[in-house]
Amino acid sequence: MKFRAKIVDGACLNHFTRVSNMIAKLAKTSTLRISPDKLNFILSDKLANGGVSMWCELDQKNFFSEFQMEGVSAENNEIYLELTSENLSRALKTAQNARALKIKLTNKHFPCLTISVELLSVSSSSRIVTHDIPVKVIPRKLWKDLQEPVVPDPDVSIYLPVLKTMKSVVEKMKNISNHLIIEANLSGALNLKIETELVCVTTHFKDLANPPLVSESTSQDRNPEQMAEVHIDIRKLLQFLAGQQVNPTRALCNIVNNKMVHFDLLHEDVSLQYFIPALS
Amino acid sequence: MKSFLSIFRSPTLLEKTVEKCCISLNGRSSHLVVQLLYKYGVRKTHNLSFQDCESLQAIFDLASCPHMLRAPARVLGEAVLPFPPALAEVSLGIGRGHRVILRSYQEEEADSTVKAMVTEMSIGEEDFQQLQAQEGVAITFCLKEFRGLVNFAESNSLDLSIHFDAPGRPAIFTVKDSLLDGHFVLATLSETNPHSQDLGSPERRQAAPQPQADSTPHLDDFAGDDIDSYMIAMETTVGSEGSRALPSIPLSPGPRRPRSPSPHSEEEEEAEPSTVPGTPPPKKFRSLFFGSILAPVHSPQGPSPVLAEDSEGEG
Repeated sequence: MKFRAKIVDGACLNHFTRVSNMIAKLAKTSTLRISPDKLNFILSDKLANGGVSMWCELDQKNFFSEFQMEGVSAENNEIYLELTSENLSRALKTAQNARALKIKLTNKHFPCLTISVELLSVSSSSRIVTHDIPVKVIPRKLWKDLQEPVVPDPDVSIYLPVLKTMKSVVEKMKNISNHLIIEANLSGALNLKIETELVCVTTHFKDLANPPLVSESTSQDRNPEQMAEVHIDIRKLLQFLAGQQVNPTRALCNIVNNKMVHFDLLHEDVSLQYFIPALS
Repeated sequence: MKSFLSIFRSPTLLEKTVEKCCISLNGRSSHLVVQLLYKYGVRKTHNLSFQDCESLQAIFDLASCPHMLRAPARVLGEAVLPFPPALAEVSLGIGRGHRVILRSYQEEEADSTVKAMVTEMSIGEEDFQQLQAQEGVAITFCLKEFRGLVNFAESNSLDLSIHFDAPGRPAIFTVKDSLLDGHFVLATLSETNPHSQDLGSPERRQAAPQPQADSTPHLDDFAGDDIDSYMIAMETTVGSEGSRALPSIPLSPGPRRPRSPSPHSEEEEEAEPSTVPGTPPPKKFRSLFFGSILAPVHSPQGPSPVLAEDSEGEG
């Protein structure tokens, strides 16, 4: 198993840092999947922990100037590593104005993802910071739990409003209730609702767009005004919203009635999918 | 300490409006009196209560430290930047090609399941003004205090010299300019089996030259001449309970001593109660401050160089 990669371009580095910051906000520990073309950050929570799952995908070519990897075997040319997301984001934070950054899979008493940063300093001398992030190599037999989640046919699919606005709304709602109902229909309406014994609060978003329907699904013969709804843990939603520092190029929300909500985000060339299951 | 600092909170404003500042000890009411004499005869008097305390005396000898490196504080400031704030100790050493290596230190017995990230900073020799150490030497000390010290030196754009010896021996950090000469003593972690060193270690018995004439409450730090020594004696123990308490010097180190394995307490030496002298003559303080010799204030409770920095802001 081998992996080494290099970033020399400042913009790529910043972009990669942003992605890792986002991941750190979304998941405490995540799985990094390395394959010849792609990097994935994966979270698949146990049902007991809320069952949230995340699938973040980025094209290796858009970030790295050099990229070499050798997977477990020729047929399974992949590497799965479990790491503490914060370590990665902290390591990248020191690379803010670096000349070059190298990532390498190393074995220093224990497996590490070594990030080596060549810093620019005022004098001509070179300064090198290395971070050894301890990782756990995930054995083959567990890979099956870490495959790209199948997106179920949504009942309603709708573009999200500005995420910052949504975040501030949800933040306030969190003070009142632990649960939130997210509902939307096919005519551009999205509601965030909390209900407690004392008070019910609903925030209405109107005139949002609905993406054209692609598949032959049940939603085609759906009444456009009819709401699809799902009860979710408000903290999970907030965590997702808090992780979005920059407004994505595209933000789509898919609701499967009373089953789950699926957020599909695109940041330039990084796609993020985030699944929050319904509370039973 | 806080209340003392708050008097001097806005140095720029004070500089403009205050003509004189008198600091004296009021023996009768056991107060430290700080009087600020403003223009137009306005006088502000602060009465601060204080506690008598035993101060720690570090015994150290610069000449006995074979290794030495000196760099602008900014270089060292940038060097400690990548380390996580929660990190307790950092190792400083000389690596291959005479590069200076700073590395996060982890205790061996740390929980093997949760491994922390190890960060290493490697700086070329060129960034140092002076580098006097062979490759391979390394010491480990508290990062928090070092950070504070570096911040302090950085804000005054001073050069910071680090004198050190073998692991376990104190490391002395010095800053110097025309007004100020500071010695900061930090304990270093001994690499060898901590229990093999007994408490009555050689340093304690050997009569190292004492920079201060007598061991006194902290105010007496001022009683020297223009040049004041500001000392921190730190106890870094690897003992289970002691290890987390290291940023603060125990106020009553006496009973603690036998309990902790403290292989590193050799450089920590408390004043014996009998040597605590009476109130120093107020005259001395006055002349010192009139001379606008600003010395960092030694606080035995929480010797934080950062705190000292604030009071230093006028300099």
